This record gives sequence, C-alpha cells and structure tokens, in this order.
Amino acid sequence: MKTLLSLEHVTMQFGGVVAVNDLSMHVDEGEIIALIGPNGAGKTTAFNCITGVYEPTNGRISFDGSPIIVNHPAGKMKRLYGGLEHDMFANEKVLSPTPDEITKLGIARTFQNIRLFKSMNVFDNVLTAMHLRLKSNVFSSVLRIGYKEERAMRAETEKLLKEQGLWNHRDDKATSLPYGYQRRLEIARALATRPRLLLLDEPAAGMNPQETLELAAFIREIKEKYNLTVLMIEHHMDLVMGISDRVYVLDFGSLIAEGTPEEIQSNQRVIDAYLGVAEDV
Amino acid sequence: MADFFHQNLSYFLSGISVGGQYALIAIGYTMVYGILRLINFAHGDVFMCAGLMMVYLSSSLPFAISIPLVLILTVILGFAIERVAYKPLRSAPRMSVMISAIGVSYLLQNAALYFTGGLARVYPEIPVLSASVVIWDAPTRVVTLVTPFLTLVLVILLSLLIKHTKIGMAMRAVSVDFETSQIMGIKINKVISMTFMLGSLLAAVASFLYFTNYASVTPTSGSMPGLKAFVAAVFGGIGSIPGAVIGAFIIGICENIIKGGASIFGIPGSGWTTFSDAFTFAFLIIILIVKPTGLFGEKSVDKV
Amino acid sequence: MDREKRNHLIRVFVAIALVYGLVAVLEFTLRPTSIIFTVLRKGAIYSLVAVSMNLLNGFTGLFSLGQAGFMLLGAYTYAILTMPTAVKESERVYRYYDALIHFDTGVLAGLIAAGLIAAVFAFFIGLPVLRLKSDYLAIATLGFAEIIRAVCQWDVLGPLTNGANLLREFKDLSRITLPFSDIPFPPTLFVFIVVGICILLIVLLINSSYGRAFKAIRDDETAAEAMGINLFRHKELSFVISSFFAGISGALLAMFQYTVQAQQFRTVLTYEILLIVVIGGIGSISGSCIASFLYIALSEWWLRGLDMGTFLGINAPDLFRSGFRRLVFSVIIMIIVLFFSRGIMGDKELSYERVRSFFKGRIHRKENAR
Repeated sequence: MKTLLSLEHVTMQFGGVVAVNDLSMHVDEGEIIALIGPNGAGKTTAFNCITGVYEPTNGRISFDGSPIIVNHPAGKMKRLYGGLEHDMFANEKVLSPTPDEITKLGIARTFQNIRLFKSMNVFDNVLTAMHLRLKSNVFSSVLRIGYKEERAMRAETEKLLKEQGLWNHRDDKATSLPYGYQRRLEIARALATRPRLLLLDEPAAGMNPQETLELAAFIREIKEKYNLTVLMIEHHMDLVMGISDRVYVLDFGSLIAEGTPEEIQSNQRVIDAYLGVAEDV
Repeated sequence: MADFFHQNLSYFLSGISVGGQYALIAIGYTMVYGILRLINFAHGDVFMCAGLMMVYLSSSLPFAISIPLVLILTVILGFAIERVAYKPLRSAPRMSVMISAIGVSYLLQNAALYFTGGLARVYPEIPVLSASVVIWDAPTRVVTLVTPFLTLVLVILLSLLIKHTKIGMAMRAVSVDFETSQIMGIKINKVISMTFMLGSLLAAVASFLYFTNYASVTPTSGSMPGLKAFVAAVFGGIGSIPGAVIGAFIIGICENIIKGGASIFGIPGSGWTTFSDAFTFAFLIIILIVKPTGLFGEKSVDKV
Repeated sequence: MDREKRNHLIRVFVAIALVYGLVAVLEFTLRPTSIIFTVLRKGAIYSLVAVSMNLLNGFTGLFSLGQAGFMLLGAYTYAILTMPTAVKESERVYRYYDALIHFDTGVLAGLIAAGLIAAVFAFFIGLPVLRLKSDYLAIATLGFAEIIRAVCQWDVLGPLTNGANLLREFKDLSRITLPFSDIPFPPTLFVFIVVGICILLIVLLINSSYGRAFKAIRDDETAAEAMGINLFRHKELSFVISSFFAGISGALLAMFQYTVQAQQFRTVLTYEILLIVVIGGIGSISGSCIASFLYIALSEWWLRGLDMGTFLGINAPDLFRSGFRRLVFSVIIMIIVLFFSRGIMGDKELSYERVRSFFKGRIHRKENAR
C-alpha cells in the first residue's frame, strides 16, 4: 500500500518545552489511523505541525511522496534545542507552508473545540470552504461574470449537505445547531475542500456512547464514499478500537507504542501511561 | 563632536525634556494596556483636560491650591472615564471597548472645544518652572531641566509601589492573567480603577511640564503627545514601564533633532519640521514590523 | 431563483429607483442653495466612506483607522488632475511653486485615478501592516494616515501638492456637465449616481465568494486558514478595495467642498466615520448609509440651533453657543456606543419585512397600551 503521509523525526519545541519529541509515523492510503495518548501528550501539537499552524522545530513531513514541511533548528533554537537528530535535516531546504497551502494540497482538518464560521448559516459555512478552488478573479466574481462557477459551487454544497443529512438545517445559523450536528457540519466543511487526507481532532468529544457508535459508522461511511484516508485524535477507546486500522500512542511528546488496536490494548507501556505506574516504595 | 553638541544643545535639551513628558503619559498607556489590553485613546485628551483645568483654575486661585486641585480633578476624570465608558464593556469584544475609547476621546475634545470656544488658551506661568536660564550658551527654561529628574523620581516611586505594595502586586497579577487573578479573589475593578487613577495622575504632572513649555492649550493639543507617548509605549514593549520610559526619551530626542534638522544636516528650508510628527509614526511602523513586541515585551503564542 | 428572492430584489430595485427619482425631482424644484442638498450630498459621500470602512472593519474584521489618509490621497489626486492646465500655470493656485503637471483630465478619469492612487498606496502599506493584529493594526494604519498627511504638506512636494496651501478651481460639483457637452448636470444626482455604483459594487463583492472568504476571516482566522483561505492575500484584497472606494469618496468630498487642504483629513475624520459605522451597525451596509445621512442631517441641519442660540424654541444664547452641537452629539454617540452597541441595524440589512414588522410592532404596542 502506498504511503500518503509520513512524519520523520518531527520535534516541536516551545522555548524550553519539547511538546512533540522525535515523532515518526506514517499513514497509508485508505487507512484509518488513531493517535492516542493522555492529556497533554502533544497530539494536537502534532496535528498543528502537519497542518502548518506551527512550524516544527526539526523534522520532515511528506505528503503523497514529496516533502511538504522541512525544518531544522536554527538561530537561537540551535542552542536551546532539546530534541534528537538535530543535524539530520540541516542541509535540506526549509519548507514551511501556511495552513491554507497545506489544505490546498489535500489535507483538511477539524478542530478540538469546534470552530465554525459563527455568523454564517450552515449552507454558507460549507460554501465558503469551496472558495479555495475558485478560479474567477475578484473582478469577474464581483461582476458575476463567473456566475456559472458560483452556481456549480452551490450545487455541490447542496449535494454535500444532503449526503450529510444537514440539508434541512441549511438556513440555520451554524452555532444554533445541536452539538452533534455542529461536529458533523465541521466534517462536511472539511470535506468541501476535497481532501485526500482528513484529520479529525477528537471527533467524539462530548458525545454519549450511542452518538459515538453512530459517529464510528459515519466516519467509515465517508471514508468509503470520498476515498479518504483518516488520521484522528481520540479519547473514546470504543471508537478507536472499533474503527482504526492502526494506533499510535504518544506520551509526554514521544511515541511509546504503535500497532493494531489489539496489540495496543495489551501493551504494558500504554497501560502504564494511562493508569500511571505504581512506584516501588 | 563637542562642537556639534554645543551648537545643537538646545535641541538636545528640549528633546530630553519632551521625552520625560512623553514618558509620564506613556506610563498611563502601558499600564492600562498591560491590564485591559486596551489602547486608551482618551488618555491624551485627559492630559489636555488637565492642561485646560489649570488654565481655568489658576485664573482665580493661587498655584498652591490650583496645582493639587488639578491633580485631584484629573484623577477623578480618569476614574470616571473608566467607570462610565469601559467598565460596562468588560465582557464585550475588544473592538467595542476600543470604539468606546475613541468615543470618549471625541467627547472630551468636543467638550473642550465648547468651553474654550475653539480658541487657544494661554497657559499660566508657574513660578520657578517657567523661569529662564542659560546653560552653556543655550537659553532654556527651568522646566526643561526639572523634567528628566522629576520623571525619574516618579518612575522610581511607581516601580516601588508596584513592587512592594499589595495593590501593586495585584496589578502585576492581573496583567499576567486576568481571569485567574479574578478567581484568586483579586478585586479586579479596584485594580483597574487604581491603574487609571495612577495613569491620570502622571498625565496631570506631565501637563504641568509640557504646557509650561508650549504656553497654550487647544482642544486638540492632547492628541499628538498622546499618540507619541503611545508609540513610546509600543517601542518599549507595551506593558513594560521601563520600556515606555526609555522609548519616550528616544522619541523625544529624535523628534527634536529632526526639528533642528535644518541646522544639523545643512538642508535648507522648513523641510524637516513637517516630518517631526511623521517620523514618530514611521518609527512605530518599523518597530511593529521588525519587533512587534517592542524592546522589553514578551512573545505570546496563540492557542488553537 | 426562487420567488421570495426575486420579490426581494424587485422591492430593493423599486426603492432605489424611488430614491433617485426623488433626488432628481428635488434638484429641479428646490433652490440650489437649500440645506437639503448639503445634507444629501455630504450624506451620500459619507455613506460611501462608511461602507468602505465597514467592508474592512465589519466584514473582514480588520480594525483599520487609515480611512482619512486614503480620502486625502483621493481628494488630492482628483484636484490635481482635474484642475485646468491654464489654472495650474497661472499664479492663482500654485502661488509659491511651479506646477509639475501640465495636463488635465475629465471628471470620471479623475475619480477613477483618485481611487487607483489610494489603492496603490494601500497595497504597499498593506504589505507590512496587515501582518499585525487588532489594535496594533489600528495604530499602524492611523500612523500611516498621519504620515501621508505630513508628506502631502511637505515643501519639496509643493509643485505637486501646493504644499500646505489650498487647492481649488478644479472640476468641482458646480462644473459637472453631461459628457461631450456644456449642459450642466444636476450635482446632487451626480453624487448619488457615483456613490450608488460604488456601493453596488461593494455589495456585489460582499455577496460573492470573496466576500464569504472575508467573513470567514472575520469569524475565525484559524478556521478560515484551515479551509484554504490565504489570510494575507484576502486581507490585502479587502484593504486595497476599501481604500479604492475611500479614495473615490475623498475625491467626491473635494468636489463637494470646492477646495482641498491636507489639514482637514485629520484622525478626527476617521473617528467620525468609525462612529457612523458603529451607529449604523458594524456589518450592515444599509445601516452605514442610514447612519451617514442621519449623522449629517443632525450635525448640519437639525441640531444647528444648538450652535446658534435658539433650539426648539428655547432661546439661551449662553448655553447654545458655538460648539454645543458637537458636545451634544458626542454625548449621543457615547450613549449609542455604551447602550445600543449593535447600532441601528446590527449586522442585518434593511428589508421590506423588517420595516413592516417594525411598524406592525409599534401599532401593536399602541393597541396594547389602549
């Protein structure tokens, strides 16, 4: 199977704090991968590195076979750097694209604390996410010369909303939706950018077991329908164990285990990380 | 070098003096910003109001009474502005508070316009301060010499207050983390009021020094010094008091050197004077681009 | 298109046509010196600046305070370009300098150039400034506006800008003719047509895909960026477009006043426009327009008595003297800012349904009171 996303020795350091330490992982095409770990393990930071929100201090991230983000410690960080492999990428060209460029490559994300466009209704939330593919320039867009493109975007939004069961809510304000629907809308909005890789940051946060089950089915469904690869951060073990092909476990910024859900469930280090180790007195 | 200094001594002297006056105003900006994250656009106008109060009060009262009275009234003005215009908006978006500040500035200027009839009012000659002296052939006023020392004394007093008193400690706590200090039982409103009152007090002192030099007060005479003091605060790293003071002195000196530019750089005409105001802003923009956090500011990371 | 939407469009169209018809009728019936024309012209010009500022502050969420600077650029560009060559070469305007430019353009070319020059400056100013956040952005744009004003008055630029002196005798509102003829064109109607076209373009922009991207940036920068919207490029776009229209409104203001001087484009002008935007409702185009006309009508007309000694039949020359009007005015503004922070329209637009329900509500209330 082809590797879609790979992280090599990615380290993210804020001042003296190493939030992600020498993280290497890969996601193959068509997989559902879970990234788990206790609170503060650096999962969201890793996401933010992949999506260009943070510039990693060291390491290389490749998408679809070519490097998209490369960095190595420089300047003041050279002295401060507390991670590993500090000169591994020293001779490579630094790549640090902005988040919108990452999205244009085909990586879309959702947020841990839902971030919808709060002044807009459901329809416009999804429609706005199609702006990145707009070909008309401002003039033809303002003078409505490119009205066909706009019409096509609206049609696609309609299709997407119908598929996601949000069509009946199209005129509602995004923030007035029930919680579960807001999550769903955020995923729909991410899908509107036509990603190949979808990053979900705690999609089941705040959901009850029933809703979580539904979500699992939903994720599997969109994965098949849109030919997606999914990388998600999750705390709900039922969801993680139920749908993921492989699991990566982070603790204190470092990778402590990797494997199938079954392997992870019986891994002593993972259990220790979650439950804490009883110290010999 | 010594010659150069000698020839342009009056510009340096007035630069240091204006710098001290800006410093006193800048502290008001930087303290308020440190705590509320608000550019108090009305602060320059509070300074102007202090000047006007002095004009009116000293016409009927002796200086021994009018000077303390101006200090007290300015402090009350600062307190009242915070209570009326900013406190009700504590939970509103930042933009609303800033708009409210602009509204207060507009109100104060228009009130001053009404009371003065739009005419420049002559500032009274405060004894001792407005006396003339000659230093190394450069004629100047006592106020020019007094300002830097008075500024330093006040800044030291203020630092002691912030470091060693209970209210000062509370101020520092609030500026580090607004919400947490609220939970910790710090009376936020008291701290904020205190900040505004201290800022206004220093602005009133600055007004004595500044207007003694410039000799007249108009409704808009607060806006330029106000903006420049703000630039000084940004330069020093907003929220930092020593930063604001250093920034203010640098701006005051540079500005006056530019004013005297005709003689320094040998360029004829009044060409450079126009730019003494523009310079400050050019300076501001350069700082914001090169080092947005200023000399002593701290970097903050947005959470996603 | 569904029927509701079409009905709405028809109603809007009819309402706008009625306004223009009314302006034309007034123009042909009333004395040209009537105060109504001052209110209508200045109100329309302020509407355009307010809407352009709203595009930036209300729709893109960029707190910029540079509007006065861009108006100044527009006003100067227009005045310099349209001043007849004969006037430029005489001693009447450029008394202390030799005019640099030896040609003149028509009104429309002048207006468009005014917008373009403002836009070009905005482009270069935006490059560094738009990377700053909220209040830093505000103070930096304000700073640039002040720099523009200072540079405009610079001695060395005298041959172009006439230094700190007045510019006049350019093609002001009294000299507008129908194209290719000497037949005078009704000035108020002219202002309304120019302003109308500009605001229409802004409305079309806001409702286009780019407008949605602007709103997304206002709502949540991080999310907008994650949806593939390039923050910097879109902020720059909004800034340049807003300045383009601010430039045009500056040119119109020059036409309205017959003279231009850098001195009048102070920060206070920006504050005034910001307060109009707030009164109208941040994020509402119709709100900005209504607030502009209200503001101008109040300050130039209805509250005039406050400055003249007699107001509402009360004669108190000691109280109602020069400046009282503006004092009352700023108190009203503070009350709006503090207690009605959503302004007249909030972030909604004026529509037939809203007007109807407003009056219905009032009638209901009256009936209930009985």
